[in-house]
Amino acid sequence: MNASTSPLMVIGAGIAGVTTALEAAEAGRDVILVERESTIGGRVLRMHNYFPKLCPPSCGMELNTRRVERNPRIAVATSTTVTAAERDGDGWSVTLKKAPAYVDDRCTSCDDCAKVCPSKVPDPFNLGLAEVPAIRLPHLDAWPARYSLDREACADGCTACVDACKFNAINLDAQETEETVSVGAVVLATGWHPYPIENLSDLGGGVLPDVIANVTLERLTAPAGPTGGKIVRPSDGEAPKKVAFVQCAGSRDVNHQAWCSGVCCLASMKQAMYVNEQLPETEVTLYYIDRRTPGRNEDMLTRAAELEGVNMIKGKVGKVTQGADGLMNLRVEDVESGRLLEETADLVVLATGMTPNLPEVNLPFEFQLDDDGFGLDNPAAKVFMAGVARRPEDVAASVRDATGSAAKAIVATSGGAK
Amino acid sequence: MNKIGVFVCTGCDIGAAVNMENFEDIAKEFGAESYMTHECLCAPEGVATIQSAVDEGTDGVVVAACSHRAKIEEFAFDRTKVYVERVSLREQVAWSMNGEAEDTQMLAEDLMRMGVKRAKVVKAPQPLDLDVDRTVLVVGAGLAGLHAAQAAAGMGNPVLLIDAADELGGYVAGMKDVVPETPPYDTIHANEIAQLISAVEGDAGIKVYKSTRTKKIDGMPGQFEVDLEGPFGVEHVKVGAIVQATGAMAYDAAKLPHLGYGLSADVVTTNDLESMLVESKLARPSDGKLPGRIVFIQCAGSRDPEHLAYCSSECCAASLKQVAAIHRDFPDVETAVVYRDMRTPAQLEHFYQGVQEMPGSLFARGEIDCVSVVGDGLRVAIKESLLGDDVSIDADLVVLATGLVPNSADGESIRLLTDAHGVIAKNESDTQVAAAKEKLETLGEHEGTEILNLTYRQGPDLPVLSYGFSDSHYICFPYETRRTGVYAAGSVRAPMDPAQAVEDGLGAAMKAVQCLEMAARGEAVHPRAGDISVPEFSLQRCTQCKRCTEECPFGTINEDEKGTPEYNELRCRRCGICLGSCPERIINFPDYTVLSVADMIKSVNVPDEEDEKPRVIAFLCENDAIPALDEAAKRGLKWNPWIRIIPVRCLGAINVVWIADSLSNGIDGIMLMGCKKGDDYQCHYIRGSELAEYRMENVQETLDRLTLESDRVRIVDIARNEYEKIPEVFDDFLEKLDEVGPNPYKGF
Repeated sequence: MNASTSPLMVIGAGIAGVTTALEAAEAGRDVILVERESTIGGRVLRMHNYFPKLCPPSCGMELNTRRVERNPRIAVATSTTVTAAERDGDGWSVTLKKAPAYVDDRCTSCDDCAKVCPSKVPDPFNLGLAEVPAIRLPHLDAWPARYSLDREACADGCTACVDACKFNAINLDAQETEETVSVGAVVLATGWHPYPIENLSDLGGGVLPDVIANVTLERLTAPAGPTGGKIVRPSDGEAPKKVAFVQCAGSRDVNHQAWCSGVCCLASMKQAMYVNEQLPETEVTLYYIDRRTPGRNEDMLTRAAELEGVNMIKGKVGKVTQGADGLMNLRVEDVESGRLLEETADLVVLATGMTPNLPEVNLPFEFQLDDDGFGLDNPAAKVFMAGVARRPEDVAASVRDATGSAAKAIVATSGGAK
Repeated sequence: MNKIGVFVCTGCDIGAAVNMENFEDIAKEFGAESYMTHECLCAPEGVATIQSAVDEGTDGVVVAACSHRAKIEEFAFDRTKVYVERVSLREQVAWSMNGEAEDTQMLAEDLMRMGVKRAKVVKAPQPLDLDVDRTVLVVGAGLAGLHAAQAAAGMGNPVLLIDAADELGGYVAGMKDVVPETPPYDTIHANEIAQLISAVEGDAGIKVYKSTRTKKIDGMPGQFEVDLEGPFGVEHVKVGAIVQATGAMAYDAAKLPHLGYGLSADVVTTNDLESMLVESKLARPSDGKLPGRIVFIQCAGSRDPEHLAYCSSECCAASLKQVAAIHRDFPDVETAVVYRDMRTPAQLEHFYQGVQEMPGSLFARGEIDCVSVVGDGLRVAIKESLLGDDVSIDADLVVLATGLVPNSADGESIRLLTDAHGVIAKNESDTQVAAAKEKLETLGEHEGTEILNLTYRQGPDLPVLSYGFSDSHYICFPYETRRTGVYAAGSVRAPMDPAQAVEDGLGAAMKAVQCLEMAARGEAVHPRAGDISVPEFSLQRCTQCKRCTEECPFGTINEDEKGTPEYNELRCRRCGICLGSCPERIINFPDYTVLSVADMIKSVNVPDEEDEKPRVIAFLCENDAIPALDEAAKRGLKWNPWIRIIPVRCLGAINVVWIADSLSNGIDGIMLMGCKKGDDYQCHYIRGSELAEYRMENVQETLDRLTLESDRVRIVDIARNEYEKIPEVFDDFLEKLDEVGPNPYKGF
């Protein structure tokens, strides 16, 4: 098989994977973009706004989606996972498994099926904070703009959606399919998931209702989120009066994740701005070890620090408990000085870091993981990383890396430097 | 187009919401030759119906169904032969109207008229067919440039790599060790740039020019004509795309006397110390003795509004690297690092941990109070320390971790200087000359700083974004450039560490190669990636007003001596801002003409005044406002049926004549809805929203003069996720129009 004419495969269609696929395809290469979810966009679409511009991720994704959609060189395989792969000449032979397509391309997103669906499930897009019908558009910006069915949630024998669909787009008996494709090089853009707050029970994670993760606050701020964009305490639905951001929650900590996720300081400053804008009377405090706002993102620190009602205190929060008055008590230590503070808050946001998905998706390609579970390029085997599969980083850095990864994959399949 | 076919979908509630009785008559009245309805136009059977009409010669397809953002693949035909107009009956009527059937019906019929009319008057664009040279010129042979050159060559493109210095390697060439880039990331690695340099020099695909600069760059992507100037004299070369990787230099420590620089020879910079490490001679400059304790002062110049307001990103790791090298090579020397926030993101945290564990290394957080001479040594006083209120550390050598300053040239400022020189030379009016002289004073620091020497109307170099860096303003598109085909990489683009600079070089090479491939296919690059339409300039009617040459955000248009525009199609991003700028309306795209939109406006049926049904034309940016509108519809929000929406490429692509056309057609109000402007602008064409505002201010002044209330024109910012605001934004405007009263031209 000739690597230079065979397509490239990109696994993962978050911002990094979409970028790698687009950059290579617009340069003239065929690309197969594989995504296990039913839509592209990954984690970024769950964010309300990006730092430092406080602009919506759907804006850039809109352009990227149009680029993908109009580019004949990109084949998008959603609801698809890799089940096997083996070296095939210069490249790889990859077996893909596509989940049953209960809803096909005839779907027009008319919503008739969702209106009649009797089964409700927790909404994974909204991190389980809302309930949605088993058949639904996965989220407002979903592309492909096709409804998807959580078949396991269907009531026995229920055919309400099939009966409602005027376009014969639903087939409850659809089967899984499998195909094997030959590709010249593989780029792994498998992304991340938030470090589970349940692992941070000392900080009240998974124990106290008003201790939430930073990613949850994004959904609470988004207009399409479970509260219509209102920042509230989960316990009583009331607006918080005193919000604490706990930085490095599980990061830079050998008992959890030794690495720095690189984005949480900026994310918390951004979220402090969300709170400050929506609830100007609310007191916001960030507890940090180091404020990491590299480059011109230093401006974010300057802006956040200037906001009235936003404070930053150096110190690591070691313990969060709930007092009799319902308020949370935070024990804040500064290792360097040995100083100990006792502070309170009525909403605690744990700035949890990024955990790479790469170790658990267990892809059958030849590459190494570092001790933290991030991947290393293997040019000899034509396997490359893109985005957070390589390193925890923010969107701009991830896109930079993903663009470079497209170059690496093309170089690897162009017969080397001439 | 010649033969218009109208295809109306009745699915997705459209059939129930709209009475289609009159549609066929309307379509035919506006020039359609065929008309049909289908219960699900996007299904294979529906698409087949359209395809067979196309096969029989229909070249203008009006799909009256869902938004143009839905079912794109289904309704795509050969774009060079068939023009497809989408009439959004689903999102803009069926899903979003709640009012009286009569109003809904009038809206649907107007949309139909507008769509058919546009299809009738536009043309299908034809792709450019231009010769494209695939050579990539890389300016700057530091780490980013070397990697960019290697990657571009590896992708099969000939590469010219030039550097102003007589050796390759740039900033990193002067380093002994580098920060770790591979696991376990806990200690320093050997600097392998020498191997990289020899690989590049040995690469048959890369031609290296040392001590060389670009004297002049003419032309456009795919066809740049470059004069290289070096020891060989001047050599003329043709290249297709350019990577600018001119790097950064250390901030001038002489500006940091408050940190002790100049106080003693034993206060040195990161680079001074690095030279000592390279030579394995760690010695105090004052007496040549091995220092017993070295104190590093971080953020020397960085994160300081008086000096560099940004964080230079690489100095924390750079100092850690030096600390590690000192403890490895000179185990008796103690080190202390005084920092404000230790910034070692991602896996570099392991490096920080590794260096902290080295015996004899101390880390102290705090702000520097002062550095003073004590005996034959130095004392660093720290305030706001967490170790105590006032702490000081004695040092034999103090190292200032100086920040990075980009080796960039601010193309826009240099252009202003050039203009000022021109005004002074002409010497036409005293006030102009005085203003020009003032400009020379304020921008004097940019004098003679040219790097690329582009012969562009809008300046010889890339515009800078902030703090002198040529970065992109877009988080999602870090290589977005305002000069098509020229991509910044490495620390001239943004502060970054060496590992990031490597990736950045690869990324910029990717964009350069991609730009060439797209140019060869006659396609625009981001954001209208793949668009093949280019504007035509009817120059016989040009009045040399220079608005188009001034306002193009991408420097596409040059001027001849008279000020006639010289259009460079491969620099063009097809945004239509030039179309919006032209008072003579001589700039038009085949599929987006001033006339076509004017005709759409005139196709709107305006009820008589006594009907009390005002009409609004709303121009919506198709990048963010239209998607937001579609989402509002998807969420079931309802809005006023008196609004007629026209999607535009950008708010900057709105010609002011459309305002006049609207008013003379009896339209009561005109709304422009698009992306945010200002420092955090979201306009994908940089200046579109800003230019629209400026143009509308002029329109409003004119309206006031004509005693036509300026309130009839309103611009609204809307972000992609602010769909909830849309109904209210329309209602507010209609309320205002109600106060203002009907357009007095109605009925004329």
